[in-house]
Amino acid sequence: MTDTAVSDLECSNVCKNFGALEAVKDVSFEIPSGSFFSILGPSGCGKTTLMRMIAGFEEPTSGDIAIKGRSVLDVPPNRRNVKMVFQHLALFPMMNVFENIAYGLRCIGTDRDEIKRRVQDVLNRVALPDVANREIHQLSGGQKQRIAIARCMVLDPDVLLLDEPLGALDLKLREAMKIELKLLQHQFDTTFVYITHDQSEALVMSDHVAVMNNGRFEQIGTPQELYHRPKTAFVAGFVGDSNRWTGKVTGVSGGEVSVETQGGMAVRCRSGEGVSVKAGDAVALYVRPEFIELAHGRGTPGENSLAGKVDSLLFNGANSRALVRIDSGELVEVDVTLTGGTDDVKPGEEVKLTWSAENATCFEAGDGR
Amino acid sequence: MSQRDARRLSLILLFTPFALWIVLLILLPHIGMGVLSLREKIAPRQYEFGFANYVEFFQEPIYWHIMARTAVMSLLVTALALIVGFPVAYYIAKIAGPRTRGAMFMFCLIPLWVSDLIRAFGWILLLRETGVISGLLQWSGLAAGPVEMLYNDAAVIVGLVYTVMLFMIVPLTSTLEGMDDAMVEAGYNLGGNGFTVLRRIIIPYAMPGIVSGSIIVFMLTAGSYLTPVLLGGKYSSWFTQTIYDQFITRYNWESGAAFGFLLLFFTSLVVWLGLKLTGQSLTSTVARS
Repeated sequence: MTDTAVSDLECSNVCKNFGALEAVKDVSFEIPSGSFFSILGPSGCGKTTLMRMIAGFEEPTSGDIAIKGRSVLDVPPNRRNVKMVFQHLALFPMMNVFENIAYGLRCIGTDRDEIKRRVQDVLNRVALPDVANREIHQLSGGQKQRIAIARCMVLDPDVLLLDEPLGALDLKLREAMKIELKLLQHQFDTTFVYITHDQSEALVMSDHVAVMNNGRFEQIGTPQELYHRPKTAFVAGFVGDSNRWTGKVTGVSGGEVSVETQGGMAVRCRSGEGVSVKAGDAVALYVRPEFIELAHGRGTPGENSLAGKVDSLLFNGANSRALVRIDSGELVEVDVTLTGGTDDVKPGEEVKLTWSAENATCFEAGDGR
Repeated sequence: MSQRDARRLSLILLFTPFALWIVLLILLPHIGMGVLSLREKIAPRQYEFGFANYVEFFQEPIYWHIMARTAVMSLLVTALALIVGFPVAYYIAKIAGPRTRGAMFMFCLIPLWVSDLIRAFGWILLLRETGVISGLLQWSGLAAGPVEMLYNDAAVIVGLVYTVMLFMIVPLTSTLEGMDDAMVEAGYNLGGNGFTVLRRIIIPYAMPGIVSGSIIVFMLTAGSYLTPVLLGGKYSSWFTQTIYDQFITRYNWESGAAFGFLLLFFTSLVVWLGLKLTGQSLTSTVARS
């Protein structure tokens, strides 16, 4: 079999309607074997519906879903080799850890010794070798998470689906689990499809991310591509933080677009990937806080440079921000380094903001947040 | 008056009706019955302490035959109520939409608005020789003459199952409502078929509801009087009838009291055995809100 040519999971033109509501509109994607793929979108964008169709709990209205190159539309959920980690994990509270993991093996009729061996093996791999006889309620949040993954992985699935499984954890544990999930995925070398509304989870863990909005895929790409080369205003606004202005195109020369914002500042920027704008178009302009440079003292406002006054500081360790009120009255978020020394910016201080045209992106106005 | 006193007073006021109910209507009568059951009649109007009333029960086969019969029939009613009630409860809790759910619960409740007596008469109207079903059978030519469907065990069981159904459905529904749908989906996702999911996930999860419903239904059935008498006839041999006979017909309160305690003891024994077999406890089932 030519494994290299066959992707683990392929969706082509999948649509799903609930009555008049189109939950998923014409979604196509292909996931290469052994990669970590995330579907990122706000709640209600159809990502859970898409996942349920892959697992077999919903039937697509049209389109096809193929696993390892074979269509699974006629395969009932319990015969698909796609396992799922549910949002609230759905571990069986009336069984202990061993029975939870053994459940799937018993369903396929594995013999007793083999079950014992494989359960212990998978428990070792999730680094919880001694919990087999514990009850579910005796486990911590992170342990439950790993047992839920172990329960799926013991069955050697072609694809593992994860439906926002970190949502219920507290922040510290969530950060730790992000890294752990990524490591687990490497270790099992199975295709993970991860659903989330948290862009940082998607960016940190994934090889590829699909951004979904209103039932459609807006863009599929590596985290870097999405972050630095967004193709739509929605992606620019949803992935990472951005300052957003609206304005009008005054001229296009080569790759560079000149825009005059509603506040009256002139900005040079580039248009988003695959977006073409012409003079006179209304556009939305996105600049990320970390690409804006902040300098002490009042400079002369010019192209891609603004003068303003620090309104307030949002201290958050390495991710601290300054809110700068520029002369036109708008607030701009800027990343700053606050060391606690005398060189730090202070509220009320006059500052100058600059950024390069390369790091400002514009899209036709009308969509986006 | 300090706030603490006020709180204590409100606690006492809230607790009083409950305490009065327990003491006056449960505790006091049972103490009275207990004392009564331990009195031995040695001559007219002459009594002394003794266990003769209890001994009589074990010496007379007819009594414990009736007791055993009542227990077996009650278990049968409980099992039937469970078999019929489980799918209904599952439908109400998991499949029906929120609006249908309310309506279905109402439909289950409505029969309770009608008194036991009227409901039993409903069955009589249907089942008696000149009743609706008999008439239909004759009219359609399936039966040559009038068919009597009353006054047999089947009629009693059907009537009882109907009467106690709600008490099985309510605890089952509330337990099943607490079950995350994802649990069932996980059961399928991990490779289980419908039967495996039912046997290994849904039923174990619903066990507290099943046991609590069964206890309530069994107790109600074993202690029922009206339905067995009306649908089973005078000689349907339900143990409560024996107790009634002792009190009213034979005016032998001492023996009636003893029989009452024996019924309580045997039904409690069955419940205890049931709890042991299913590995549940009273606190995990009936006492669970």
